[in-house]
Amino acid sequence: MSEALIFDIKRYAINDGPGIRVVVFFKGCNLHCAWCHNPESISARPEKMYAPARCIRCGTCVGACPETAITLSVKGITTDSGLCTLCGRCAEVCPTKAIEMSGKWMSVPEIMEIIEKERIFFDQSGGGVTFSGGEPLIHSKVLIELLDECGKRGIHRAVDTAGNINTPVLMEVASRTDLFLFDLKMMDAGQHEYWTGTGNDKILHNLKALSDSGAHIIIRIPLVGGVNDHEENIRQTAEFLASLPGNRPEVHLLPYHAIAQHKYAKLGKQDEFADFEEPGAASLEKSIRLFAEYGIRAQVGG
Amino acid sequence: MSDVLQLNFEVFPKPPEGLVPQSIKLQQIVLFRLYVLFTGRIITTETINTFQEMFETIKTHSDTPERHAIAEGNFYSPGKNFTGPGMNERIRKLRQLSVETQPSLSIERALHETAFYREHYGTCSIPVLRAMNFLDHCHKKTIYLGEGELIVGERGPAPKVVPTFPELTCHSVEDFHVLNTRDMQRYIISQADIDRYEQEVIPYWKGKTQRERIFSHVPLEWKAAYEAGLFTEFMEQRAPGHTALDGKIYRKGMLVFKREIAANLAALDYLNDPEATDKSEQWKAMDIACDAAIVFAERHASLADELALTETDPRRVAELKKIAEVCRWVPAHAPRNLWEAIQMYWFVHLGTITELNGWDAMNPGHFDQHLAPFYEREILAGTLTRDEAKELISCFWIKVNNHPAPPKVGITARESGTYNDFTNINIGGVNGNGGDGTSEVSFIMLEVIEELHILQPGNSVHISAKTPDKFLHASARVIRQGHGYPSVFNPDIYILELLRQGKSLQDAREGGCSGCIEVGAFGKEAYLLTGYLNVPKILEITLNDGIDPVTGKVAGIETGDPRAFETYEVLYKAFLRQLHFVVDQKMRVSNYIDRMFAKYAPAPFLSVVIDDCIARGRDYYDGGPRYNTSYIQCCGLGTVTDSLAALKKHVFEEKTFTMERILTAVLKNFSGEEVLRQTIMNRTPFFGNDDTYADEIAVQVYNDLVETIDGKPNIKPGGKYHLNMLSTTCHVYFGKVMGATPNGRLAGKSISDGTSPSHGADTHGPSAVVKSLTKLDHVKSGGTLLNQRFLPSLMRKEEDIKKLGQLIRSYFTLGGHHIQFNMVDTATLLAAQACPEDYKDLLVRMAGYSDYFNDMNADLQQEVIERTENDTF
Repeated sequence: MSEALIFDIKRYAINDGPGIRVVVFFKGCNLHCAWCHNPESISARPEKMYAPARCIRCGTCVGACPETAITLSVKGITTDSGLCTLCGRCAEVCPTKAIEMSGKWMSVPEIMEIIEKERIFFDQSGGGVTFSGGEPLIHSKVLIELLDECGKRGIHRAVDTAGNINTPVLMEVASRTDLFLFDLKMMDAGQHEYWTGTGNDKILHNLKALSDSGAHIIIRIPLVGGVNDHEENIRQTAEFLASLPGNRPEVHLLPYHAIAQHKYAKLGKQDEFADFEEPGAASLEKSIRLFAEYGIRAQVGG
Repeated sequence: MSDVLQLNFEVFPKPPEGLVPQSIKLQQIVLFRLYVLFTGRIITTETINTFQEMFETIKTHSDTPERHAIAEGNFYSPGKNFTGPGMNERIRKLRQLSVETQPSLSIERALHETAFYREHYGTCSIPVLRAMNFLDHCHKKTIYLGEGELIVGERGPAPKVVPTFPELTCHSVEDFHVLNTRDMQRYIISQADIDRYEQEVIPYWKGKTQRERIFSHVPLEWKAAYEAGLFTEFMEQRAPGHTALDGKIYRKGMLVFKREIAANLAALDYLNDPEATDKSEQWKAMDIACDAAIVFAERHASLADELALTETDPRRVAELKKIAEVCRWVPAHAPRNLWEAIQMYWFVHLGTITELNGWDAMNPGHFDQHLAPFYEREILAGTLTRDEAKELISCFWIKVNNHPAPPKVGITARESGTYNDFTNINIGGVNGNGGDGTSEVSFIMLEVIEELHILQPGNSVHISAKTPDKFLHASARVIRQGHGYPSVFNPDIYILELLRQGKSLQDAREGGCSGCIEVGAFGKEAYLLTGYLNVPKILEITLNDGIDPVTGKVAGIETGDPRAFETYEVLYKAFLRQLHFVVDQKMRVSNYIDRMFAKYAPAPFLSVVIDDCIARGRDYYDGGPRYNTSYIQCCGLGTVTDSLAALKKHVFEEKTFTMERILTAVLKNFSGEEVLRQTIMNRTPFFGNDDTYADEIAVQVYNDLVETIDGKPNIKPGGKYHLNMLSTTCHVYFGKVMGATPNGRLAGKSISDGTSPSHGADTHGPSAVVKSLTKLDHVKSGGTLLNQRFLPSLMRKEEDIKKLGQLIRSYFTLGGHHIQFNMVDTATLLAAQACPEDYKDLLVRMAGYSDYFNDMNADLQQEVIERTENDTF
């Protein structure tokens, strides 16, 4: 039975495609964006998350750890990552869920069972399921099974991808997908590599191919102050989108928000958290105007 | 373990020495403690940092220019700009007077009544005495006609002045002092009035009030259960009321009712009808009551004429002449236009709430449907503009707000602290033929609600499958404003509820919801709320073999020591036995009280307007109405479900803890057992998460409540008990009389409200809540109640409005009865607690009605803050 590592399934999601949706978050990503607001989505392995605010310093986890990797102090627990095998015992016994394992291996029927619970809301709202991540396309085998199953059951399917994947895989997925939420970070290849760890050649090529195939695409741009919200990048993006072979996609701007800081802390990755500027209303309005010059409809939020 | 702070309900937790940075000033410490208390957080540096952020937000909030809007008489909602089209000068002034006048007490009615009873008691039958007393008061009472008013009439001598009803429950001197001085829900009364009351009113009523009649009779078992807080009794404070009208008063004036009464009197058959004498007295009383209403209206007409003589503004003179004309026509005759229709209802409303002090005031029912024919006719004829119609409707709205609920005495003052008298105007829905009931008047009413932003009247929108999306979305836009209303009802389900209770299809379709969420056949039914049932408390005494652990006294029956129970089923059976015992106690006394009202406090005026009291020659309280329901309102489904789930899973199935250990921990209020408490709270399936394990328990409890209560006869002909799942604010009182519960709830904290999940137990969002709730068969109830708190971020875009509408449609398609939304954020609420003066207009919806946050007591405020926040980014 094929399984995928899922780190969250969110119900009553109203910002990830049309209608009321379920969002299934796959764990593991092949980009490493500096502003990532789901830092737990990057690693393709289960991770231990610890929230000191919830911890009552009871020490239950210390006794339960088979590797004696946990020590307790006034400040809470510390886990020796050298000893920890990510077995998850500590999370199982933690009375307050201060420790949680991010990432759970789930089978297609398990995931479908949760999706199916929301059917009445799909029916009433024209909603459906959105597969997100991480990068759902690196789990293409399970993703395709899920897409096929949803297709059979008449559930609307959206895939939220950064497009950094081999083109044939993307096209396999595209033939089973009703809507793509395609994340486009920036146009300059060097800058793209600097901020995400990877160039954007493949991404741009895939977007063209996808557009050419007639896929329904919404472009999502995480607008990060001082990174990609400058006029040059917006113009380049607009030009590129205007030149796509298929229908001109609409653009959803997702302004950066420093909401994820606590998640970095929970993962013990405080050092990796970089605080960016939140683009103001003026910057957002300007971007929308720039896109409009190229005949592209842009809006804030999705 | 040394640095772990146990959260104690009784005292504010103190931050440990050294942890508090210098940046938190002394005056912030109190706020900080409140924050820790309300959020249930463990104190760490992180807590302090989060608090500091929040404190900054609070400061920002209280410094916003929105405060100026209050001075201008507008309303505001923190964080939002008021964009309504605004009201005209007249409405702005009337609203200002209504909002800013402090409620006070008038002893006028009590003085009239006492003098009348002294002179006439014993000279005529009780129904006639009651009617004569009503007529006497209508002749003598101070009449008010305020500047700029179009719709006229006050129960007291002026707006926000409330009479007393000594025949039901006579306030003591001490009661008045409490009412005059308490911080919340204060009612002003002068020392001179208190003295006069002490001399003239109190001595006469000693031993003769309804309340004393009731308490002199009750059995010991009832008293024990009542004092333990297993249930409340509505009818010991106010008369059974809870009434809504249908459309008959827009077709018939008092003169027609008088003709019907006369025809009945003429046809009396003293030879063959054993009830002939009683009927004759009832009809005479009803006839006198009709006259009283006409006299009351006439006096307003005369006053208007009188004021017109000295008025200098010609426009106002014309208005006063119009008022005189309207008051000479209604309620004697059926209304001919929109103005008269509204004034007609208002006179009937005032009559019923002056005659007696019934619960939940009075209710026009489907007011938009009743007014629509007048509106449409006049718009076509060109005799009325939309703006004029809106102005008249606004005037009516303010009239209702002028009437705070009469204050109670004694124990139940803790149960429900509010000025709200629960008039709930039904908007939209279906008409008597089953078609869509929305009209332009429905939309006008939504605008009035949004612009006036006042506590009363309560309002609700009724969304059937036939209701257009346009109306649903217009309603959702008002909900988004965050004032806590309108609440949303599902006619397609409540019509089934009414049919199941035995109403005809037509009567069911003309029915609706009044008070908070309870259904009835408008204009044809006495559906009396008899009191709340504390279901979690029943489990509490079950776990203590019939003893109330809070007082150590016997409160129920012996059902065995739960430590010896071998299976969950044995525990559940013991719970059911206690439930049956408690419900029996409740019903026997409710039946007795019902009879006392029929005998000593009939309501002849109310009987005129409720079918079939005239036809049957019987009073509203004596089986006169076509349908007669007694409701018991069951509270705390979430708390009891979660507690049972915790015991089932941890004691009987997984054996994580023994019964002994959990019971001991509960008795100690989990002191020293935080690991156990946290384990239960985080490792038990709780109601409200679309989780079969917990939801099945909820369904079982709900079905057994139905089984125990529903269909039992009350003492009226054909009358039956039904249940509904309303808690209003009683879950706060019920929580106070309870120790800790096995679901981890601490002693004294609120139990869950209505059919909502326990506070914070629902962690999967509103769609999962909706799924859990609809596993219950709502049709078997007379109403369920679901509160959902939404942070404003869930309603940012126009698209979100549609999605809220779709959530509502989904809930109703699955069979939900009612849902309401609180659009508020925690920082705002904390800020409102800290600086009440700056947040006078902050309206919060909870448990079936609206209230001002600052008028609530601290416990209610805390509960609003605790409600799960469903935010998404």
